[in-house]
Amino acid sequence: MVAKFELNNEGVVVIIGSGASGGTLGTDLALAGIDTVILEAGPRVEIEDFVNDEWKSFSQIAWLDQRTTSGNWRVHKDFAGLPAWIVRAVGGTTIHWAGASLRFQDYEFKAKTHYGDVKGANLLDWPITLTEMEPWYDKAEDRMGVTRTNGIEGLPGNNNFKVLKAGADKLGYKECHTGRMAINSAPRHGRGGCQQIGFCFQGCKSGAKWSTLYAEIPKGEDSGHLEVRPNCHVMKIEHDDKGKVTAVVYADKDGKEQRQKARVVCVAGNSIESPRLLLNSASKLFPNGLANSSGMVGKNYMRHMTGSVYAIFEKPVHMYRGTTMAGIIRDEARHDPSRGFVGGYELETLSLGLPFMAAFLNPGGWGREFTSALDNYDKMAGLWIVGEDMPQEQNGVTLHKEVKDKNGLPVPNVHFDDHPNDIAMRTHAYKQGTALYESVGATAIYPTPPYPSTHNLGTNRMSEKPKDGVVNKWGQTHDIKNLFIADGSQFTTGGAENPTLTIVALATRQADTIRNMMSKGEL
Amino acid sequence: MRIIDKTPKVSRRNFLAGGGAAAALVISGSAVMCPVEAWGLDVKVLKPETMRTLIKLARDIYPHDRLGDRFYAIAMKGYDETGQKADAEAFVAKLDAKAKAVNGAAYANHPWEATRSELLRELQGDAFFQKVRGGLVTGLYNQPEIWPLFGYEGESAAKGGYINRGFGNIDWL
Ligand SMILES: Cc1cc2nc3c(=O)[nH]c(=O)nc-3n(C[C@H](O)[C@H](O)[C@H](O)COP(=O)(O)OP(=O)(O)OC[C@H]3O[C@@H](n4cnc5c(N)ncnc54)[C@H](O)[C@@H]3O)c2cc1C
Ligand code: SF4
Repeated sequence: MVAKFELNNEGVVVIIGSGASGGTLGTDLALAGIDTVILEAGPRVEIEDFVNDEWKSFSQIAWLDQRTTSGNWRVHKDFAGLPAWIVRAVGGTTIHWAGASLRFQDYEFKAKTHYGDVKGANLLDWPITLTEMEPWYDKAEDRMGVTRTNGIEGLPGNNNFKVLKAGADKLGYKECHTGRMAINSAPRHGRGGCQQIGFCFQGCKSGAKWSTLYAEIPKGEDSGHLEVRPNCHVMKIEHDDKGKVTAVVYADKDGKEQRQKARVVCVAGNSIESPRLLLNSASKLFPNGLANSSGMVGKNYMRHMTGSVYAIFEKPVHMYRGTTMAGIIRDEARHDPSRGFVGGYELETLSLGLPFMAAFLNPGGWGREFTSALDNYDKMAGLWIVGEDMPQEQNGVTLHKEVKDKNGLPVPNVHFDDHPNDIAMRTHAYKQGTALYESVGATAIYPTPPYPSTHNLGTNRMSEKPKDGVVNKWGQTHDIKNLFIADGSQFTTGGAENPTLTIVALATRQADTIRNMMSKGEL
Repeated sequence: MRIIDKTPKVSRRNFLAGGGAAAALVISGSAVMCPVEAWGLDVKVLKPETMRTLIKLARDIYPHDRLGDRFYAIAMKGYDETGQKADAEAFVAKLDAKAKAVNGAAYANHPWEATRSELLRELQGDAFFQKVRGGLVTGLYNQPEIWPLFGYEGESAAKGGYINRGFGNIDWL
């Protein structure tokens, strides 16, 4: 029984975005009996609509609204209009994601304490600890079906993993396995097991990979307390003269303006749209944008220090067969400044199909050096580097002064400069990746630059004190009691781990907080 | 392990001629013809010589000896349009002028790829060059017909994924 709520229903919780955070939060609230509306900018594309074709899938579900970029990151040069690789559809980027689900480590919640003052970095400790997060991680791992937790077996290794593992053994790495993946290694919770299809980024046709689209939202809808409205792009959050939010204004599927009243608003649009929405909601009472008394809305944007290493071998690998990212080495994910940088990084298997490889291997490259890599596509193995990058105040999302979207709102500009610590870490990781593949006989190595950001973090960061950030330890904005941020923009620092498990754990915790506050009459 | 057959499915004619790559392109009336690969492209707006040079240019940007000219021709035929004509003709004229200054031969007639890429390197900042290069990334590599030639198998869900088709059968480590 799918609910349908009136626009002037003042009692509903409104969530903006249906991805990892919004989809989880909305489902949990609904299951707790709280009437919830999720407004989602994109369409509802179901499993049977997914296509095993990289560019077709990209044009089907990626966020393609105009964005601009600046800064010294290479993405600005190669993909000036595509700072991030994000989905615009019900389920959000959990349709694209690869499923790697790792907990933050203890010290990563306290980066400032452990790393000290890093020049140019705006480090801060999270106002929460790993111990506080553990029960929420437990719940998140169980609901997502993360392998190597809750007695769930690891996925079998594919060819790309076997090459990685052989190299890891040669280099003496100790912690290398097929990952903690939110992908069923065997049928569980009504979803099937992984068929090793190999198009995890294009939407999992077997449903083995966790996505809010089919693993959460339908459960919320069945409760009768959740309505998901696709093709509804939120433009503005409104408030009353006491500074409490009261409604959101959105463009519906026909481009018509609508106003949904709300008791509580939770922003879950991912780290570019969320701050953009707060900035675009500036008013007389909040001239710098909603919840922005600290001036930190849109600042401290993080995208993880990333890069890839692809290697060619004498014999075939066929890396694209099977799970895209089921392989990890964790030995470098530690804080050991003797390596020349603070924080650490993970090495994870990654493969792209031939069309995406042509676009991302060396953007702008041409000639025989470029094509000799692709000529050996079937003999290629690859890994992705994901490490902690430094929050820097000037990195972030601002409103463009001239360019407007089709609703007449300023588009976001995403500025990013690599920090010297990011560069030192990337250099180290390229060296390790190269040594790893050479140890198993690689004949050519391609250290590949970062892709448009898949992990977008930090632009509404969590802080103990209202002057340092945008939200408190519950994701509630410091300035406005009934306005919450649910997505990865809450992250105070990024850690070395892929962020989604933490995003889901925080969203689950936030649902519980909102339920408690409501029952106590605080909201 | 299960290996992909990367040989193109050849017709008798290009089998006799010894494979598809770098077969001579000839001009016949308003068409660019590839007798060896047995195809012809009727050129409507551009000079046919210009189209022939563009096909050569495409190959020089992304040279794959395993690919016949037809794949490059498919990727380039969109430039045979009124809106593209001025830029395409101007770029090819520039390229030919540079090429002729070397030893009198037009760009497409320089036999060594190394010579041609050197000329291209001088023009790589040109907007038209960048447009062609950028367009080829999808125009060439997103042709499903070329995927098997690189050992990429494309769509897999309908075939049941790789769970029983060699996702982990590497045998040389
Ligand atoms: C290719 C790829 C692979 C990845 N692999 C991994 C991985 O292995 N492990 C991992 O941890 N993470 C991975 N990620 C990252 C992961 O997908 C994100 O961290 C996660 O989905 C973020 O959740 P979110 O809720 O913040 O945002 P999203 O999931 O992006 O959801 C945001 C939603 O909000 C909607 N929205 C935005 N603005 C508005 C608006 N104004 N009005 C209405 N709706 C709006 C969007 O359309 C979107 O649906 C990957 C990402 C990509 C692209
Ligand atoms: S490899 Fe597994 S998780 Fe990935 S798309 Fe296929 S079935 Fe889904």
